[in-house]
Amino acid sequence: MKVDLRINGAVRSADIEPRKTLLDALRENFLLNGTHAGCEHGVCGACTVLVDGEPVRSCLMFAVQADGYEITTIEGLAPAPGELSVIQDAFCETHGLQCGYCTPGMILSAHALLQHTVTPTRDDIVEAISGNICRCTGYGQIIEAVEFAADRLRKANTPRPHHGADKPVVEAK
Amino acid sequence: MIVGATTRQAQAERDPVIRASVPMLARVLPWVGHPPTRNRGTVGGSIANADPSAEIPLVAVTLGADILLATTDGPTSMPADDFFIGPMLTTIGQGECVSAIRFPVWPHQRIGVGFFEISARRSDFAFVAAAAQVALDDAGRCLEVALGVGGVGDRPLRLDVSSLVGTELDATSVAAAVNAAAGELDATSDLHASAAYRRRVASVLCIRALEQARVDASAKSREGAR
Repeated sequence: MKVDLRINGAVRSADIEPRKTLLDALRENFLLNGTHAGCEHGVCGACTVLVDGEPVRSCLMFAVQADGYEITTIEGLAPAPGELSVIQDAFCETHGLQCGYCTPGMILSAHALLQHTVTPTRDDIVEAISGNICRCTGYGQIIEAVEFAADRLRKANTPRPHHGADKPVVEAK
Repeated sequence: MIVGATTRQAQAERDPVIRASVPMLARVLPWVGHPPTRNRGTVGGSIANADPSAEIPLVAVTLGADILLATTDGPTSMPADDFFIGPMLTTIGQGECVSAIRFPVWPHQRIGVGFFEISARRSDFAFVAAAAQVALDDAGRCLEVALGVGGVGDRPLRLDVSSLVGTELDATSVAAAVNAAAGELDATSDLHASAAYRRRVASVLCIRALEQARVDASAKSREGAR
């Protein structure tokens, strides 16, 4: 079945089996291997991608269902080749990753959170990554990474357009 | 209030109409799965899946919702309590499909809800969950009460605590009503928890949920701040 997917801002086409998951299509058809296959039944969160800016499990969604949506994978976060997004950089600085298997999912979940919420509480962060399992780093440094990234993003004072749930930034100088 | 089966859980969670009309549903939705699963998961999907510890089936049974079905003979409906018959089992037949859920909307002004669950990790499957909704009159006396538990038996169970109607939901009456109703709960033992543990925790969580619901309702002014 021919599918046109909007992935990381570009339209990509492929002939995909109707029951192939978005996860398998991203990895096999589009060679975007940053989206990791973990449990493959919706428990671990390693395969998290953003669909219209919201985190979803790509193992629980067929590729054909993604037609018409804006898909963002971990490859789509960096501003330019060889660079890191603010959140990716924060994970490096605070040692928020070891083996890296859960990291793309963690970063995309964190990215979605920080799009809606300029000043997340620790509880907001824990809730946002509650669907992502990490088996080596431990959650302490991951939470620290997201707090650090939130702080940097506030200071960068870049407008974030989502949901409009948050107050405008005032503490950034 | 009718919620379409394919309504996304994340959408229902943010919906002001659901929050005002079926506060118990709004209350439990943040406990359903995780943010990424709620972005794709639907209200009807959770009903049809019929996990014994799932929160949305618990609300449907506790409030006495109707499950609306599309069948080859046309639309039909059935009470949630008859719809769930066991773990991941429903009475739905071949050629039938859940189309919507009709949740009762209470007519009272001062309605409060309470919800507690115990699980191994945040938002994981509940060993025991308890949900309560109460309505109070101006003097703080109970007009209507609904109480249910999930995860205890092989399907969500509604507890009869109608003896609380007319009381002020004081601790003694609540404990007596809950202990009478929860004493005979048909609990299951498994890898995670024994039947005795589930029964004991169910009583405690039911009492806490009713108290939380009473406080929640009391906080609403008699003009009805909902």
